[in-house]
Amino acid sequence: MRTTQKRNTWFTYALVIAAFAITQGFVQSGNITSTLKGQLVPICAYVVMAVSLNLTVGVLGELSLGHAGFMSVGAFSGVVACMSLADAIPSEPIRLVVGIVIGAVCAGLAGVLVGIPVLRLNGDYLAIVTLAFGEIIKNLINCLSVGVDARGLHFSFLSNASALNLGEGGKIIINGPMGISGIPKLSTFTAGFILILVTLFIVMNLVNSRAGRAIMALRDNRIAAESVGIPITKYKLMAFVTSAALAGAAGTLYALNFSTIVASKFNFNTSILILVYVVLGGLGNIWGSVVAATVLTILPEMLRGFNDYRMLLYAIVLILVMLATNNVRIRNTFHTLRGRFKKTSKEGASDEQ
Amino acid sequence: MKKFLLFLLAASMLLSLAACSGGSDGGSTATPPANSGDTGNPATPDPIPPVDAEGGTFKIGGTGPLTGGAAIYGQAARNGAQIAVDELNALVGATLFELNYQDDEHDAEKAVNAYNTLKDWGMQISLGSVTSTPGVATSVENFADRIFAITPSGSAVSVTEGKDNVFQMCFADPNQGTASAQYIVDQALGTKIAVIYKNDDVYSTGIYDTFKSKAAELGLEIVSTTTFTEDSQQDFSVQLTDAKDKGADLIFLPMYYTPASLIFQQAKSMDYSPKYFGVDGMDGILTLEGFDASLAEGVMLLTPFNADSSDANTVSFVDKYKAAHGDVPNQFAADGYDCVYAIYEAIQKGGATADMSVSQINDILVAQFTSMSFNGLTGENMTWAANGQVSKAPKGMVIENGAYLGMD
Repeated sequence: MRTTQKRNTWFTYALVIAAFAITQGFVQSGNITSTLKGQLVPICAYVVMAVSLNLTVGVLGELSLGHAGFMSVGAFSGVVACMSLADAIPSEPIRLVVGIVIGAVCAGLAGVLVGIPVLRLNGDYLAIVTLAFGEIIKNLINCLSVGVDARGLHFSFLSNASALNLGEGGKIIINGPMGISGIPKLSTFTAGFILILVTLFIVMNLVNSRAGRAIMALRDNRIAAESVGIPITKYKLMAFVTSAALAGAAGTLYALNFSTIVASKFNFNTSILILVYVVLGGLGNIWGSVVAATVLTILPEMLRGFNDYRMLLYAIVLILVMLATNNVRIRNTFHTLRGRFKKTSKEGASDEQ
Repeated sequence: MKKFLLFLLAASMLLSLAACSGGSDGGSTATPPANSGDTGNPATPDPIPPVDAEGGTFKIGGTGPLTGGAAIYGQAARNGAQIAVDELNALVGATLFELNYQDDEHDAEKAVNAYNTLKDWGMQISLGSVTSTPGVATSVENFADRIFAITPSGSAVSVTEGKDNVFQMCFADPNQGTASAQYIVDQALGTKIAVIYKNDDVYSTGIYDTFKSKAAELGLEIVSTTTFTEDSQQDFSVQLTDAKDKGADLIFLPMYYTPASLIFQQAKSMDYSPKYFGVDGMDGILTLEGFDASLAEGVMLLTPFNADSSDANTVSFVDKYKAAHGDVPNQFAADGYDCVYAIYEAIQKGGATADMSVSQINDILVAQFTSMSFNGLTGENMTWAANGQVSKAPKGMVIENGAYLGMD
């Protein structure tokens, strides 16, 4: 059991590093299309989103439908930090790291705030509350204006940006429903890659730790886990907040790649999109999330040739993949194949000995 | 390992599916963008003499919402631009322009993807994005890549702000707000104004903000200000009751026409009949499917384009559009059409050829656009400031007997 886990862990790292190395090779030699090149950072952000949601849905076993809400908290707080620190920290990579950390911390705090009441619920109730939370975040940010001037940050709520009372040389950062425009493009593919590695490190170490086993025990049988003295709320909150903070980091990375973000981008649909990555990649399967997020982000662009039928095809492909991965007969076929594969590799291994 | 194999299987299924649809798609496309215009009609009422098409084909690309909730705008702009491209190609007698519109689903991320797809295709001149939020994202790319852009209808200020090579064919949002307030005061249309606007929308909020400050400056009294969002645009009884209770005699509606149509309907059912004043997003309400046009009787709007104009160019454009797409073109279509003609005129005057590098074309077009004066369907003597904003006179229209009529 442990060896499989270990093998899975190393396989995941190897997969991500190999993918990065190959892509980077293409980028350096100029053999990459602009389309794919433009998608590299969003892919990284979505991979981090999927892996972090997998922690809540796959490992903790609670359905969260508001993951984009945390992404949005991270995106807006990280970008505000990056834009207001433009003079204080001239170095772009350091500013990016600071932004991502601040984004993660803010999203983590939001995770605590939401988690404390929400995690007392179970199953469907929890799903609905997280759904509501995502919508609340979206609407709150729609009403928020933030500006910066020599005296520091100014906030105003429910009124427009003119109520900020900005001093000389001040600039508006978040302009209510218009969101943020003029974001400096700080995110790079390398930064995204490092963030994925950090995320994988955090998530996989958490899963393989004492706390992770407690979390999975909660998922498998809450009553049994409680009866042996596992504090439910503590471990639930641990997984949920980690997941939220990582989503915040992904949000900052994502936002710093586009010159504009609006709160309505992080709506219910985005949450569902991330959930689709997780379900398609397999609940609790980390590298599955990585692959699913990558493939499903590239797929709609690959289908551009079909013009108006593109999203229809995308949906059909999703349905087919879901059906295929859940078909008993196909699964059995692969089990047999896998059995044979194992046998041959075992024989090979004994030969070596 | 199991899942990986499953993935391979899924991928192969996808490919086979893609192949199947590819075959059927080619034969029976519902909206063929490439042959939508009436190329056979050489009677182009265009005063500009043809340029020499020896230099080859200019590749023009644009992104817009061709699917989803905002699709009507993207499709209109694309169809309008396509008609202009077909006309010009027929006029020159060779393929001077090639147009490629990519879907951006009214989303910044998708718009950048679409823009990059166009770049791979070899786009030399860009029509930016049709809507504002994607427009902000793609215009930054235009600026970085030095690809000239003129957006038909991306009206937010931040689309052009700080980018020397991005221009707008439509009014910027703030200009619409000030022009509307000025127009209401000048024509003495109302004394007590109510405003209903969509507060999660860049377009609507942008117009409202400047309308409010201009109204304060002119002493126009706003008695009621109410909002709605994307999620609450089904029911306007609260907003209308507020306006009615405060005795508003004119309601200013800076929004697109779909929510506006519901407002007219619901106001009528509560026996409230103020005057209505809209902006360019209201254009197109008469062609809305299932809408009782009598509800829009007397609605005033500021729009640069009038499909019922007797102007020869407009008549020819409307006829071609009707023939190809079966409905009356709205302002977005006219903006798309004008964009292509403005590019054509700038190319001709600046002597640009298709074999020049993208940045050379960019420099020529920027120099032309900031100095030329252009006559199109959406205005006469249009000029562009160095910040990319257009200056043209808005036309006040009123809906009478189910048709737009010039007010002055």
